Amino acid sequence: MNWIAIGSLSDIPRRGARCIDTPGGKIAVFRTAEDRVFALADRCPHKGGPLSQGIVHGTSVTCPLHNWVISLESGEALGADAGCVRTISVKVEDDAIFIALKSQTHRAA
Amino acid sequence: MTDKLVIIGNGMAPGRMLEHLLERSPGRYEVTIFNAEPRVNYDRIMLSPVLSGEKDYDEIIIHGDGWYIKNGIALYKGHKITEIDRAAKTVTSDHGVTQPYDKLVIATGSVPLILPVPGNNLPGVLSYRDLDDVNAMLIAAQSRAKAVVIGGGLLGLEAAAGLNSRDMDVTVLHLMSTLMERQLDPTAGYMLQQELEQRGIKILTKASTKAVLGERKAEAVELADGRIIPATLVVMAAGIRSNASLAKQSGIDVNRGILVDAGMQTSDPDIIALGECAEVDGHVYGLVAPLYEMARVAAARLAGDATAAFVHNDTPTKLKVTGIDLFSLGDFALGEDRQEIVLRDAAAGVYKRLVLKDNRIIGTVLYGETADGAWFNDLKKRDVDISDMRETLIFGQAYQGGSPLDPMAAVAALPDDAEICGCNGVCKSKITGAIKEKGLSSLDDVRAHTKASASCGSCTGLVEQLLSLTLGDAYNPAAVQPMCACTTLGHDEVRRLIKAKSLKTVYAVMQELEWTTSCGCAKCRPALNYYLVCDWPGEYADDYQSRFINERAHANIQKDGTYSVVPRMWGGVTSAKELRAIADVVDKFAIPTVKVTGGQRIDMLGIKKEDLPAVWADLGNAGFVSGHAYAKGVRTVKTCVGTDWCRFGTQDSTGLGTRIEKFMWGSWTPAKVKMAVSGCPRNCAEATCKDVGVVCVESGYEIHFAGAAGLDIKGTEVLGLVKTEDEALEVIVALVQMYREQARYLERIYKWTKRVSVAEIRRQVLDDLPRRKAFFDRFVYSQKFAQVDPWSQRVSGLHKHEFRPPAAVGVSQAAE
Repeated sequence: MNWIAIGSLSDIPRRGARCIDTPGGKIAVFRTAEDRVFALADRCPHKGGPLSQGIVHGTSVTCPLHNWVISLESGEALGADAGCVRTISVKVEDDAIFIALKSQTHRAA
Repeated sequence: MTDKLVIIGNGMAPGRMLEHLLERSPGRYEVTIFNAEPRVNYDRIMLSPVLSGEKDYDEIIIHGDGWYIKNGIALYKGHKITEIDRAAKTVTSDHGVTQPYDKLVIATGSVPLILPVPGNNLPGVLSYRDLDDVNAMLIAAQSRAKAVVIGGGLLGLEAAAGLNSRDMDVTVLHLMSTLMERQLDPTAGYMLQQELEQRGIKILTKASTKAVLGERKAEAVELADGRIIPATLVVMAAGIRSNASLAKQSGIDVNRGILVDAGMQTSDPDIIALGECAEVDGHVYGLVAPLYEMARVAAARLAGDATAAFVHNDTPTKLKVTGIDLFSLGDFALGEDRQEIVLRDAAAGVYKRLVLKDNRIIGTVLYGETADGAWFNDLKKRDVDISDMRETLIFGQAYQGGSPLDPMAAVAALPDDAEICGCNGVCKSKITGAIKEKGLSSLDDVRAHTKASASCGSCTGLVEQLLSLTLGDAYNPAAVQPMCACTTLGHDEVRRLIKAKSLKTVYAVMQELEWTTSCGCAKCRPALNYYLVCDWPGEYADDYQSRFINERAHANIQKDGTYSVVPRMWGGVTSAKELRAIADVVDKFAIPTVKVTGGQRIDMLGIKKEDLPAVWADLGNAGFVSGHAYAKGVRTVKTCVGTDWCRFGTQDSTGLGTRIEKFMWGSWTPAKVKMAVSGCPRNCAEATCKDVGVVCVESGYEIHFAGAAGLDIKGTEVLGLVKTEDEALEVIVALVQMYREQARYLERIYKWTKRVSVAEIRRQVLDDLPRRKAFFDRFVYSQKFAQVDPWSQRVSGLHKHEFRPPAAVGVSQAAE
C-alpha cells in the first residue's frame, strides 16, 4: 500500500470533486461541506457514469447520467437501486490529500 | 430466444394485460402492437368527463409514449390489421407492414350499432366510441345547435349530459318506456328522467327512430309516429356489438363475439382474444371490470400459468354524470320466490331497493345515495344470509350493530376482501397492504401501485378513507407534493417563502425552512439555486456546486463522460466565416462527430472536458458565444427566411427571431425554453409546437406558447395577436418572465400553463398593460447580470479547477 499525494484540500471545492487519472482507472476524490474527503472509482455501478461530475450532498453523490445516489462512505448505491463502487482509502495531513494505491499498480506506472 | 407477441388493438384490456405480463414475465416476449386509432392507450371510461369539459385528453392517457419506449414495445399507431395468415403466423396492416407472431392477441373491441335507417350516413351523424367522436361532438357543440342522442342507456345519457353541459339543446330518444331499463327499475328510471329534464335535457321515451332527415347533412330526426325533431348533430348510442369480423374472416370460431375458453384462448391455440370482442361462456362484456379480469387471465396464461381462469361476476353499474348518484347491481326483477325492501325519501330524492331471494341479496338499485353500494355488493358476492339484519338492512352498513357509525367507521368495518374498486377488482386488503408495505401517502400513489380508483374514479372517496384509516393523521389529502425528501414544503411554498422572508442563500433557505438534511440533495439544490438566481438578480451569488454538471461545465455531458459543444447561431443564421471556424476547431481537437440539431445549430460531440476552454477560446475568436444548449434557460430561436427571401413571407421572421434571441440569451429559466418564428402561417419554423412561438401574418404577429414536441406532443395555445415587432418582443419577454417567477423548477411552459390556465397568463402578460411592463422591466434588469458569455469567462480563467486536473496528480509524477 502506497500513499500518494494528489494535491491540497483547497484544490477541491466544498461539495465538489476532482478526477484523478491512475493506471488502475479514474478515481474521483470528493470534499463534503464539512471538509471530509472520500475517494471512489470514478465509475457509477449503473452505466459507468463519471461520479466526479455529480452533485455532492451530505456524504453522497448523485451520478450525472441517471441520478443514482452513491454513498461516499461505502460506495453502495442508496435508495431503490442496488450496486456498489470500489472505495479508496484517503488521508488528509495538514492541507495535503493522499490516496492509497496498491504498490504494483504504482510500479506499473 | 424471446417469443414474438403481437397484439391487435390498443384499448384498455390489452393495455392492462401488458401491465400484468410485464410484471409477471418481463422480457419474455418481444411485443408489437397495432392500433387502428392513431393514439396511445387512454381511458375510454373517461370520455364522458372529456366531453363535459371536466377533464382533458392528457389527463386520461393510461400509457404515454414514454411507457412504450421504456418497455421496448413497438406500437404502430393508425395501423389497422387487414389480414391474419394463421398458416404462416403473420399479420398484415393496411399500411403494408407484415409482422410474424408466436402468440397473437386479438383485442379489436366493439363497434357501435348504427341504426339501419335512411340518412344514417349523413354528415352530422356520429357514434360515441372514441376520442375522434368526442372531438367531433365538441366541434359541433361550438355552434350551440340542437342535438339528438339516440339511446337512453348508460352511454347515451352520458353523451347527452356532456353535450348539455356544453350548452347544446339536447333531446334523448329512447325506444323503451324508462331510461336505462337494463340497469334500473322503473322508479329509479323515472327519478333519473326527472333529474335530467330539470337540467334541460328533453327525453322522449317509446320513441322509435324512422329516419335521419337532411339534404347534404343531418337536419332532423323523424320518429315512427311522424314527429320530427330538428338536429344538426345526431349521436347514435343505441348499443355496441363485438368487433369480431377480422377473426371471422380468418376462420376463427365466432358467435356473438370471438369464442374463447376460460383461459381466453380462441379456436386457434396460438391466438388469444380478450375485451369487448370476446365471448366467454355465452357472455360478451362492455364494462371495464370483467374486461380487466380477462386481461389478468390472458397475461397469466401468456406467462405460462395454465390454471388462471375467467369467472363470471355481476358488475355494478354507475352513471358518470356529475351530480347524479346511481348504483345498480344484479337481478331486480320480481318473482314468486323473491322479496324486496324499498326505502323512499321523495324530499331528499333518495330511492333504495334491495331484491332478496332465500334471505340473500340478488339485486340492488340505489338512487340519490349510493354510499352503501360497496357493502351491498359485498354481501351479495359473499352470499351472506341477511336474516338477522333484515329490519335495518336498507339503512345501510352504518345501522348494523347499534349506534350509527360515521362513514369512516363504515369503511373500517368492511371485511378485508371487500371490493373497493369495481373497475379494477381491487379489494380492501390489497389497498391497505400496499399503503403499509410501500409507504404510500397519496391518492396518486395508491392509483399507481394498486390501480384502485384509477379508472372511473367513483371509489375515490373510499380509497381516501382507507388512506386516512391506515395512515391516521399522517394522511393529508390537501397536502402538496414536497420538493424532495429534505422538506415537507412544495415548490410553490418554497418560492413564496424565499420572497416573503428575503432568503438569499441556499443555506439560509435550508435553515429558515427547516430542511431535514444538512446540505440538501441533488433534487432540491438545483431548484433552490434557480429560485434564488431568479428572485435576487444582482444580489445572489450563483452556487455552482448546486448546479447540474452541464450547467457547471457549460457543455452537455455524454454517456462516455465527454462533452458536446453548441455555439450560438442567432436565429439559426450562419456564415462562411463561422463555418470555417467550426471546421478548424473540429480538425484541431479531432472532434469525432459534428451534427445539425433540431434547433438549427451545429453540435460538436465527443470533446474531452479538459479541452473545453481551448475549444471555446478558438470559437470565441471567431465571434461565437455559448449556445446554452446545456441550460435550463433560453435555448434557441428557430426561424424561416421570411420576407428576406420567401415569396410567401409576410414579415421579417429571421430578423425578429434574431432580435428575440439577442435580447433574451443567457437568461436562466425553470426548464429549457425553445422558441421559433415563422414568417407565414405555412409555419416552416414549426413555431406551433414550441415553448414560445410566433406566426407572422399580414396583420401582425400571432404569439403562441405552451407547445411540446418531446415525450408529450402538444400544439401551442394562442396568446394573442399584436401589431408590431416591438409589442411582440415585449409580450414574449413578459410571458417568459412570468414563467420564470411562477413556475416550478423543471416544469416546462406547457405544464405550467396547464396548471395556471391560458386565460390567467393572457390576463397577466397581454391584457394587463402595467403588469406586462413590470414583467418586462424585471426581465431586463435580470439580464444585466445574466447576459455574460460563460465561455469567455472560463477562457479567462473562471472556475479553472473545473477543467484542469489538480496540480499534483498524476501517479506517474508521484512515482518518479
